[in-house]
Amino acid sequence: MMEDKRKRLRRTMLFLPGNNPGILQNAALFGADCVILDLEDSVSPSEKLAARNLVRHALESVEFGDVEKVVRVNATTTPFFRQDLEMIRARPDAIMLPKVNSAQDIIDFDNLASSIEEEEGIQNGSTGLVPIIETAQGVLNVWEIARASSRIVALNFGAEDFSASVGCQRTKEGDEIFHARNATVLAAAAIGADAIDTVFIDVDDEKGLIEDTQLAKKLGMTGKAVIHPRQLDPIHLVFAPTAKEIEHAKRVVAALREAKEKGSGVASLDRRMIDAPVAARAKRVLELAVAMNLIDDNDEKDKKEIQGGGA
Amino acid sequence: MELRNAGSAGTLESSDIMITLHPKTDEGIEIVLESPAKQQFGKAINTTITETLMGLGIHSALVEAKDRGALDCTIKARVETAAMRAAGLDNLEVYP
Repeated sequence: MMEDKRKRLRRTMLFLPGNNPGILQNAALFGADCVILDLEDSVSPSEKLAARNLVRHALESVEFGDVEKVVRVNATTTPFFRQDLEMIRARPDAIMLPKVNSAQDIIDFDNLASSIEEEEGIQNGSTGLVPIIETAQGVLNVWEIARASSRIVALNFGAEDFSASVGCQRTKEGDEIFHARNATVLAAAAIGADAIDTVFIDVDDEKGLIEDTQLAKKLGMTGKAVIHPRQLDPIHLVFAPTAKEIEHAKRVVAALREAKEKGSGVASLDRRMIDAPVAARAKRVLELAVAMNLIDDNDEKDKKEIQGGGA
Repeated sequence: MELRNAGSAGTLESSDIMITLHPKTDEGIEIVLESPAKQQFGKAINTTITETLMGLGIHSALVEAKDRGALDCTIKARVETAAMRAAGLDNLEVYP
């Protein structure tokens, strides 16, 4: 079950301010793969209670469709954290936890989440977790953090707080976050979770956004956090597989299917064995292609293969 | 929940509703509603406000409601927040 939650498409995770009903009620319409109903930075301390009530009712009433619903709570060290966690009762898909510094933060979260789930009769562990790695400590401990709970569906790297924590200047080129991005990608990949890149804060700079997303993708990030709906399309385009990648992936899937039909344990393509990583990559490419309607209707067989988990 | 003083929640922005609750001495919930959709939805908005207050165990209150086209879920959330503030419970762990 954890595996299914982790496999979800998360090219874009869009932050929505938790105390704005006009935005929350349209959460599913922006086109993001995931929306983050925010109780942290976009809500002033005096409005935390109001945002909490609004987000809870939105989770219970608004139609989110296929969009993943994540609530960003306040950090464990704040007086708001414990009450924010009550959001679990309204069944978000996951909680996003900021400023995670150590595995202990995750373990503490896990224990509290488990007791709320038990009280509510919700299956233990069914609430996912997206830790934000945004401090020097968090980056140094990211592997321990990643393996501290099977709830973790994605790791999100946050560059703004990270650079403040390190004391370096934040630049568009991002040299200062190179290591932190890599560390986040590696830890996420090692547990089979998504690696979600930091936000790009200049919403008017589309070229810069595209370049930043291309770099993130190159490093292995699987998605990006988003602060404005206009950033969604450029990011989706960067994460879209190329025609060549799709063609190759289809051939891999076809070869796997053929081998399966023949009862052969080993599939090969162009005289090379298709090993598990190649199969997994092909499947990921086709999943993205299906999500972005890049596979036409004649390719129903490939779609079924992917959606049924055949490869 | 007992209202101790006035408490409000919400904004005058589109899709929101500003709710202000005042304690009152006699029984009953009295609502003064201002809404561009009062003709069509006034009754429904009043029902949502009343039911939410009843659900919190509040049977006596004067409610000022300035609606800007809020959905039911927003009305409920704003009434709950205003009530918790009016009852002095906004710093406690309360999950209605």
